[in-house]
Amino acid sequence: MIRFKVNGKEKMFDGDSDMPLLWYLRDVAGLTGTKFGCGMALCGACTVHQNGAAIRSCSTSMKEVGGAEITTIEGIAPMHPVQKAWMEIRVPQCGYCQTGQIMQAIALLKENKNPSDQDIDTAMSGNLCRCGTYQRIRAAIHQAAKETA
Amino acid sequence: MKLIENVSRHVSQHVSRRGFLHGALVSGVFVLSARFVPEPLWAAEGEAAAPAFEPSLWMSIAADGTVTIVAHRSEMGCGSRTALPLIVADELDADWSKVKIEQAIGDPKYGDQDTDGSHSVSSCFDLMRQVGATGRVMLIGAAARQWNVSAKDCTTEPHFVVHRASGRKLGYGEVAAAAAKLPVPKKEDVPLKPRSEWRYIGKEQNSLFDLPEIVTGKAIFGMDATMPGMVYASVEHPPVLGQKIKSYDDKAALKVPGVQKTLTIETFEPPHQFQPLGGVAVIADSTWAAFQGRKSLKIEWDIHSSPHSVYNSGPFRKTLEATSRQPGKVVRNIGDVDAAFTKGGKIIEAEYYTPHLAHASMEPPVAVAEYRDGKVLAWVPTQDPQAVQATLAGVLGIKKEDVTCHVTLLGGAFGRKSIPDQAAEAAVLSRQLGKPVKVVWSREDDIRFDCFHSVAAMYMKAAIGPDGRPTAWLQRTVFPPIASTFDASATYGLDEMGLGWNDLPFDIPNHRAENGPADFHVRIGWLRSVANIYHAFAIHSFADELAHNANQDPAHYLLDLIGPPRIVALEHEGADQKQRYPLDTARLRRVVEIAAERSGWGKRAMGKGRGMGIAAHRSFFTYVATVVEVEVDSRGQVHIPGVWTAVDAGTVVSPDNVRNQVEGAAVLGTSLALFGEITATNGVIDQDNFHNYQIANIKRAPRHVDVHIVKSEAPPAGIGEPGLPPFAPALCNAVFAATGKRVRELPLSKTKLV
Repeated sequence: MIRFKVNGKEKMFDGDSDMPLLWYLRDVAGLTGTKFGCGMALCGACTVHQNGAAIRSCSTSMKEVGGAEITTIEGIAPMHPVQKAWMEIRVPQCGYCQTGQIMQAIALLKENKNPSDQDIDTAMSGNLCRCGTYQRIRAAIHQAAKETA
Repeated sequence: MKLIENVSRHVSQHVSRRGFLHGALVSGVFVLSARFVPEPLWAAEGEAAAPAFEPSLWMSIAADGTVTIVAHRSEMGCGSRTALPLIVADELDADWSKVKIEQAIGDPKYGDQDTDGSHSVSSCFDLMRQVGATGRVMLIGAAARQWNVSAKDCTTEPHFVVHRASGRKLGYGEVAAAAAKLPVPKKEDVPLKPRSEWRYIGKEQNSLFDLPEIVTGKAIFGMDATMPGMVYASVEHPPVLGQKIKSYDDKAALKVPGVQKTLTIETFEPPHQFQPLGGVAVIADSTWAAFQGRKSLKIEWDIHSSPHSVYNSGPFRKTLEATSRQPGKVVRNIGDVDAAFTKGGKIIEAEYYTPHLAHASMEPPVAVAEYRDGKVLAWVPTQDPQAVQATLAGVLGIKKEDVTCHVTLLGGAFGRKSIPDQAAEAAVLSRQLGKPVKVVWSREDDIRFDCFHSVAAMYMKAAIGPDGRPTAWLQRTVFPPIASTFDASATYGLDEMGLGWNDLPFDIPNHRAENGPADFHVRIGWLRSVANIYHAFAIHSFADELAHNANQDPAHYLLDLIGPPRIVALEHEGADQKQRYPLDTARLRRVVEIAAERSGWGKRAMGKGRGMGIAAHRSFFTYVATVVEVEVDSRGQVHIPGVWTAVDAGTVVSPDNVRNQVEGAAVLGTSLALFGEITATNGVIDQDNFHNYQIANIKRAPRHVDVHIVKSEAPPAGIGEPGLPPFAPALCNAVFAATGKRVRELPLSKTKLV
């Protein structure tokens, strides 16, 4: 039995412990804000927080989350300055990758209150967006940094 | 089996619509209905979908004032689901914060619902305005009656009817029920707002309707759709298109925890159309278990059951190139290029090649469907719910009307989600299982079994006069055509000719455009701007080559090629095609001039390893010029510090969305120009995930994209696609300026730069 927390709530899991956290979140817990993109930690659509740090849930097995605090996009409430900046800058096009982008950006700002362009590019380089909203992602992170400063 | 009645799914030039409106009272709610008759998309086709005479519902107003507007086009990130209701709301004079959008199911009563060809706004602008304006007239009429005043003395402000003289007001909700009982005014009695009174159309503040749900993770994409009692399925497809199963062993797969059973899906009989590819489906109680079960399947494929195992990209390229050197079918002819070539002078020839591309939307194909009692209910991230109806009906042998297709948000599409084969898989499996099925494609499935952007070879030849201008310009294109989807013997392009090939906008006395034949060996589909990608690459790379040959500035040379301002009506200039709007070279010139000016073209010192390139292309009636600046480092890696694009898309509904689309086109353009390549070995696709089919990340994307929207009162044109075609040639022209290395094939990584 694996015990852990998701968005502050105690959870238990006794299924296939090799199953990635992503599929627990989506198919078992019904938390579909976390997206499936590649299954190989290549695109970042599945990004969530494990004890506050950004991880790729598609490549993190259930046995690795025992005792951990997992936060998904649904657990970010009330609306975070990153989300507000995403709306003001109007970052999304299709929106599919954006929850992963936002979770990655929130983790970045926790570590680095005032990231440079280069810091942002390094932190966000594993989060792909096929619509191509990177310029706005960079601008929105700068704006959120100002808000939280 | 003819699944799809309308082969020409991607050409918007011939769309026109007539609107008919009538009101109805449905349970105390004012409902405005409209029916309209779509004419065939493609005049030559003749057998397009039958006109829809059933009334369809576009909007309603509840007693509490909530306005519900139907979005009959899909949202894949280009903004259609927001733009169309916004137009209705503007003419209705509704308060946007009181508007709800209801996504339409697939139904011919809405006319064409295929969200592609960048034509949702351009085709529906007038109708949406008419719907909103008619509602406004009826609301005014109802309030005027209540006040016992003339409607002429009344006006509106958002969500209220106002009596001018007395200042009295009635909310839309208060008069909705009375308005619904009024006769629907004739079109000529419905005034449209002058542009100066638009509240939403063309305004900066417009944002996507679904924005709050997207940033909070509440938005429902196809991947997020569920049905009670559903099971998950993952399908092992034939590695080569059209192969059949010889035998398979599922013993190990059935031992995987969570796997319930396996089922086979029959391989299609050609033509493949939108039918399932076939294969073995693993049914499980989670997506993960289904994926795991597949890994343990042992399948023997009948290698003699498909002609496509001969497909090898290297030799195939040589075949395409050999064909491109031979005379082809003439698709446009002006003057006599052969006579001009024999006159002597300088002759320049060049060959260009572009590979297959995969769409790689962030959301792989997915669908949920339930078959019950001869009917299907499906939730699909689809660009065309009517294609889902037609496809599922054809595959299952039921009536189209018995397929109900709900449309979710699409996690990217780029043309892939016009083809609903995964929804057909879900429906076929559901019929066998007696319960709802969610089919989830892995990223590997998505890339290996895509409906690929076509590989293409282009041959160009020009005779150059003493002034450095071409006196003759011959261009040949060869590619496996999209028509092979519907006719396995098709080898020539159809719609592709109108996508950047029969409409060269240059002022050249002798010009011929040709198309040579090519066989297909994989599914060929539509990818954002489609044939414009390879056609613009060849045309604008060649134009740049001629500029350098003439020792002239490429931007000035391009303007000179475009020539003086004039209207080019293709049907009078050598092409067998009539376009809804003729090409206006003044508009093309203007975007070139603006992009050049904003980029500082010719005014900034570039330094070693840096350079700028330019290209301009009209597609989907939108004029786009792009300047790309590159920096090529000592290892030959290409960086893109800046991109400047000028766009004339006619009347624009949401300017910020236009900018976002064009910024995105520069990123997708970077991906395809720097990395994009799909290849096949013995019919099997070599790439399968983002490590070997790379797409640009934030570091490799252009550092800054500047988008200038030309103010225009011309009819609205497309915006989802037109930003893409000029990008790759502008980039490669910049690489030439920076390094002196001419790039004649994509991706750029094939050309050694240092």
